[in-house]
Amino acid sequence: MNERLRSMASHRLFWPVAVLVVMLAVNTIYRPGFLAVEVNNGHLYGTPIDILRLSAPLILVGLGMTLVISTGGIDLSVGSICAISGAIACLHISQAPDQNSLVTVFTALAMALGAALVLGAWNGVLVSVIGIQPIIATLILMVAGRGLAQLVTEGQIITINSGPYRALGLGHLLTLPLAIFIALGAALLIAALTRRTALGMIIESVGGNREASRLAGIRSARMVFLVYVVSAACAAVAGFMMTANVSSADGNNAGLWVELDAILAVVIGGTSLAGGRFYLSGTILGALIIQTLTTTVYAMNISPQTALLFKAVVVIAVCLIQAPEFRAKLGRRRRGGPPSPSSAPQPQKEEVTA
Amino acid sequence: MTDSRPVLTMTGISKSFPGVRALHNVDFRLFPGEVHALMGENGAGKSTLIKVLTGVYGIDEGTITLGDEQVAFSGPMQASAAGVSTVYQEVNLCPNLSVAENIFIGREPRLLGAVRWGEVRRRARQLLTRLDLDIDVTAPVASYSLAVQQMVAIARAIDVQARVLILDEPTSSLDATEVAQLFRVMRQLRDEGIAILFVTHFLDQVYGIADRITVLRNGTLVGEYPIAELPQLALVEKMIGKELDVLERLEEQPRRELAAVEGGTPFVAVSELGRKGAVAPFSLTIHAGEVVGLAGLLGSGRTEAARLFFGADRADRGEVTVNGKPTSLRNPVQAIEYGIGFCSENRRAEGIIPDLSVRENMILAMQAARGWLRPIPRRRQDELVEQYIKALSIRPANPDVPVRNLSGGNQQKVLLARWLITEPRLLILDEPTRGIDIGAKAEIQKLVVQLSDGGMAVLFISAELEEVLRLSHKVAVMRDREMVAQLDNDDTVDAERVMQTIASGSTRKEASQ
Repeated sequence: MNERLRSMASHRLFWPVAVLVVMLAVNTIYRPGFLAVEVNNGHLYGTPIDILRLSAPLILVGLGMTLVISTGGIDLSVGSICAISGAIACLHISQAPDQNSLVTVFTALAMALGAALVLGAWNGVLVSVIGIQPIIATLILMVAGRGLAQLVTEGQIITINSGPYRALGLGHLLTLPLAIFIALGAALLIAALTRRTALGMIIESVGGNREASRLAGIRSARMVFLVYVVSAACAAVAGFMMTANVSSADGNNAGLWVELDAILAVVIGGTSLAGGRFYLSGTILGALIIQTLTTTVYAMNISPQTALLFKAVVVIAVCLIQAPEFRAKLGRRRRGGPPSPSSAPQPQKEEVTA
Repeated sequence: MTDSRPVLTMTGISKSFPGVRALHNVDFRLFPGEVHALMGENGAGKSTLIKVLTGVYGIDEGTITLGDEQVAFSGPMQASAAGVSTVYQEVNLCPNLSVAENIFIGREPRLLGAVRWGEVRRRARQLLTRLDLDIDVTAPVASYSLAVQQMVAIARAIDVQARVLILDEPTSSLDATEVAQLFRVMRQLRDEGIAILFVTHFLDQVYGIADRITVLRNGTLVGEYPIAELPQLALVEKMIGKELDVLERLEEQPRRELAAVEGGTPFVAVSELGRKGAVAPFSLTIHAGEVVGLAGLLGSGRTEAARLFFGADRADRGEVTVNGKPTSLRNPVQAIEYGIGFCSENRRAEGIIPDLSVRENMILAMQAARGWLRPIPRRRQDELVEQYIKALSIRPANPDVPVRNLSGGNQQKVLLARWLITEPRLLILDEPTRGIDIGAKAEIQKLVVQLSDGGMAVLFISAELEEVLRLSHKVAVMRDREMVAQLDNDDTVDAERVMQTIASGSTRKEASQ
């Protein structure tokens, strides 16, 4: 490897980007028109655009999850919060006389967002004030939240016919889907909030060593509380998109398992589950990888029975490729050929690329 | 006493971390039946050399030979299986498991897959008898003192037919009798032919037990010397690479009289401040420019008392006045607002944020005080960080390496910088010099004198009485979680008198009041 390549390969986003590029390449080989984008009716259409649009909810949930994981926590309740916020918004719109009224839609969004903030605060209090382990604390709402969503929808699927609401999922702005701008806007907002102020460092500090942070004068508990509220807010907006995509709210299935995809996106993006440093751009890449994988499964006509297994295999491969230790082992085997007995106790001289 | 052939040879060892060259072309030999002291300042590479040897880190260059074989261990487990065992500075035992379980964890004698617990206990007892230790092997490790825990760790280390035993600062939390007990065990093991690699910062201990000394400085080898050929002064000079006059000058520095610093309203005065189960009610005043020493044995309540001053723990009784105004110190945020800083003795658990860079660790307290909405401008950060890296000679002088890549002493200096940057009016230093070398120790002591001359109040806690006496205007003596005496540090007070006070538990409040 020459110097430039090596310094590129040591960038923390190198492997996620490489994985994404390989996936797109495989798809293009399989189906040459995969990357084609066409203009229709003043809007851009094509698989890459679809991937961007469909990954928007996951990006949103992933951004919130990144902050939570950075503090050393985890938020399992985001899927349920998606369902609840979607249900509240759709319920309000379905009961309104004019479903296309902007006032109605914005009221619905505000109500649902407010509810989500309360739920986030609930998580935050459980974790930061009462001190329950995050995985247990948010598990409560993960399970109970589905019930709440069912209560809101009264066990039915609420269908709505609201142009402004549908636009959240399917609308366009400047030739691109609106959802992309919403996700991008949220990403920029969170990035500005954390990186233009000292908030990011303080969150990382709490995640790195909570007691030491407290003794340095940081209100650690307050920071932990805050990230769960932010996570819930992100989940709520994601819930709007999911329900807007299908113009209906299904308390059972909206946002189902999105928490797991979000955690995966965060980890692929390079943020450690142990907390500490976080990487928003990495999470966005991770979400794109996951959505590309889902799209690939559909595009390749892989049968639904084997689709999950296929996804699992790819995810394992992605995780292995990202692990520096695994790459070191792989590299040794490739370079060294069959190890001769005398070379076995040699000191290991690996080129560590990460 | 030593064989002619070394049991362990390390040749041309080099090791780098991102931004840090930890070892450069270092040679090291260890003979059977010797105690070999590895000496050097913080960041000299002692810990790295040990970790390279035991396979915690891979090496960039060089070879390690154990017996006749060239080796490269993949980790401490493999190393100890090959006869190279390590006992670390911080005791690495599972506190909730029993003594016997701790000794045999991971290699329990088994029969058909089932652990033979009777055999585990029997062999554990046997091993501890060999170390002259008569304790209940079924009791949890946490129920014993640190010294006993240290012995248990050694028992675990030598059970695996160790040829090489590495003791990485085993004495830093032991008192004198415990150290003597440890040394007896070390001599016995040495006479059995085990090669012992001993790392410590206590020079007296080196001359009490070591046969040979290897000195490292800045990741390079200074030399290997028989103990008789390297007097103490020469050793220190080789370690810090400069003349010792810094330290000596400090010894001679005149201290201002207590009366001179104790005028006017005290900066902080506490009266009958206490916390149940932590420290009995005590009263103490600290004036601007005054250094108050807290002396006492480990566990005597020094740290507990200091934590009340910082609001790290909440006092459940007593009164506090700051600048003459009554208040209560409920949490660190409030204490910091009053201009109080606290350097914890437990820098790993309560001090550094390992992932964050040196820069971020340094500005953390200042940033927290400003609130997250007002980030410190990058240029100001650079100025501050550069200033303190230089002032405290922190190595490596790179603000962007993660602080976990620094040696213990340099991490300590980073923490010190974190608080100095906030320009506190009272700085609480809890064992700021523990586990750090002479050069850095002198620097920190000098700094304390400078700061107090400049009007900062300092609450100085240390297990080393000489150090407390050298710096303090007033010494408060703790014993069994109670403040038993306050002594004016005048000519009549010396280490012996303080020791007597600790021993007798005299409750006379002498002089100062």
